[in-house]
Amino acid sequence: MGYDMKEITMRDAIREALWEEMERDPNVFLIGEDIGTLGNIFGITTNFIKKFGKERVRDTPLSESAIIGCAIGAAMTGMRPVAEIMYMDFMGCCFDTICNQAAKIRFMSGGKVSVPMVIRTNCGAGFQAAAQHSQSWEAIFMHVPGIKIAIPSTPYDAKGLLKTAIRGDDPVLFLEHKMLYFTKGFIPDEEYLIPFGKADVKREGKDVTIVATLAVIPKAIRAADILAKEGIDAEVIDPRTLVPLDKQTIINSVKKTGRVVIVTEENKRGASSAEIASIIAEEAWNWLKAPIKRIGAPNTPVPFSPPLENYYIPNEEKIINAVKEILST
Amino acid sequence: MEITVEDLLDKYKTMVKIRRFEEKVSELFAKGKIPGFLHLSIGQEAVPAGMRNVVKKGDYLISTHRAHGHMIAWGLDLSKMFAELFGKETGYNRGRGGSMHICDPNSGALFASAIVGAGTVIATGSGLSAKLRKTDQVTICFMGDGATEEGTFHEGLNLAAIWKLPVVFVVENNMYAISMCVKNAMLCEKISDRAKAYGMPGITVDGNDVLAVHKAFKDAVKRARDGGGPTLIECLTYRHHGHWEGDPDYTAEVYRKREEVQEWLKRDPIKIFEIKLKEMGVLNQQIIEKIEKEIQVEIEEAVKYAERSPLPDPEKIIEDVFSTTDGV
Repeated sequence: MGYDMKEITMRDAIREALWEEMERDPNVFLIGEDIGTLGNIFGITTNFIKKFGKERVRDTPLSESAIIGCAIGAAMTGMRPVAEIMYMDFMGCCFDTICNQAAKIRFMSGGKVSVPMVIRTNCGAGFQAAAQHSQSWEAIFMHVPGIKIAIPSTPYDAKGLLKTAIRGDDPVLFLEHKMLYFTKGFIPDEEYLIPFGKADVKREGKDVTIVATLAVIPKAIRAADILAKEGIDAEVIDPRTLVPLDKQTIINSVKKTGRVVIVTEENKRGASSAEIASIIAEEAWNWLKAPIKRIGAPNTPVPFSPPLENYYIPNEEKIINAVKEILST
Repeated sequence: MEITVEDLLDKYKTMVKIRRFEEKVSELFAKGKIPGFLHLSIGQEAVPAGMRNVVKKGDYLISTHRAHGHMIAWGLDLSKMFAELFGKETGYNRGRGGSMHICDPNSGALFASAIVGAGTVIATGSGLSAKLRKTDQVTICFMGDGATEEGTFHEGLNLAAIWKLPVVFVVENNMYAISMCVKNAMLCEKISDRAKAYGMPGITVDGNDVLAVHKAFKDAVKRARDGGGPTLIECLTYRHHGHWEGDPDYTAEVYRKREEVQEWLKRDPIKIFEIKLKEMGVLNQQIIEKIEKEIQVEIEEAVKYAERSPLPDPEKIIEDVFSTTDGV
């Protein structure tokens, strides 16, 4: 590749993106709960306060609306705030400031003002954290015009997408799946950015397309490896951003394979997978050799008890079964 | 209190301008010429006029769905305001906002949100921004009494207080959040009592006395500019019209008693100020007529401009959701 590479966790990749952007641009600052003295519950901003000071690494009271509102007002007046909502579930407390304020101000002002802010949060199940610390709400925010949504599945993607998010001129919801924080991957030492709206083909294949997001990506790749041993060649696509969505890469893959399974960890009803499925049905119908298959979580709150939670989260077995099912039609 | 004759006349003229603007808007709405929802500020003109000549270039304004008066006092152009009300491309928001959202970020009038209370948290951000950039910019955040019942009010005022942000929170207490009387919505005697909970100064003034409002603004803005942190100003006032144009209370006495309305009409802020200025020898009938005439001409020309302006192109609806059309 010509680059020096290093192996790093997704947590550290996010740390590096934030650190480098704060060094690069004095208008970037962090605001959120327990991000300063504690350095975030997963250690993402450990020592940031020592390096950048408490003016730029701002611990807030438990006031999610104020965190987002404050970021909005700062973003409208020349700053580039990176706000953190500790768990995506807590966005119930600041739904208005995200969806009615941040998302709409540019449009409502007739394009007279930008709101360049990033909202980082962790999402997803797997920590036995029950129904209020484990949710995947990407479809809810995907529905609202005016918010871009990044959904990295690797350290490489997380760092490149977060830097793009911070430098962009629009509100971005940056989702970090908590089960991915300590997964590892290679990133170059040199600086790089990843544009929004460009999906990544995580594994090439010709028999079936698997579109997956966030923590489902490593599972989809493992499932594809198992299927390969049985002679089934699966392509795995990671959209990397849901808004904007790279329809073309998905459509091209479906045109090649004629079969598609879409897997996300969201409750299946109304999930982002439904939007992707409808796009495929509208734009690639004639190429489909089998019905589109969607996998999601059951339409229940995330359960606590380990066997219940394990059952709830989509896994390799479910992906393999779905692939085999549509290959037999 | 020291105040120049020019400032006194400027305040009077601002109040009359707001009143005549709102009356014209009401008239055009009744004729079906203005689409959408309207929330007029007739009766509350002394509050925004009190802000005149206290704020300066570079300061910020955050307001609400009842913001025509605030925007006029901030110095917005009536032509572009009417154009926005008419839904025209030449309006301040290019027809994307309408009455409830007229704003002008270029002059610091950042936003007018119609989600009650939302402005309080956004104002903390422009306040923090000024602090981080080490400027002396002050943010004025207007709201109604109903906003103080929202959770965002608590979060916003608390954050502004603990971080000593240069924000002035101004509550126009017109006693009713649509039909909910403020007396039934809180047990505090005054809304300004709530400031104590956040460790910030709170003051209640007669919101129909423009000079009392002016004094409160002057003190609070100075305090904010000097790094002393936020203030909560409660202005006691009254809207002469309904919550919205079409509110049945305006004619049918649904939630406000006729006697109460009559009592407040007698305390019309413009009339009160007019009498005071005449007593001071600053104003006479001749000057009043001159001011009225100037405003009449300005409004007529603004309406003409709005009527002649083009409507927005529907094809361009996808612009301005984001900085580019990707993701729309």
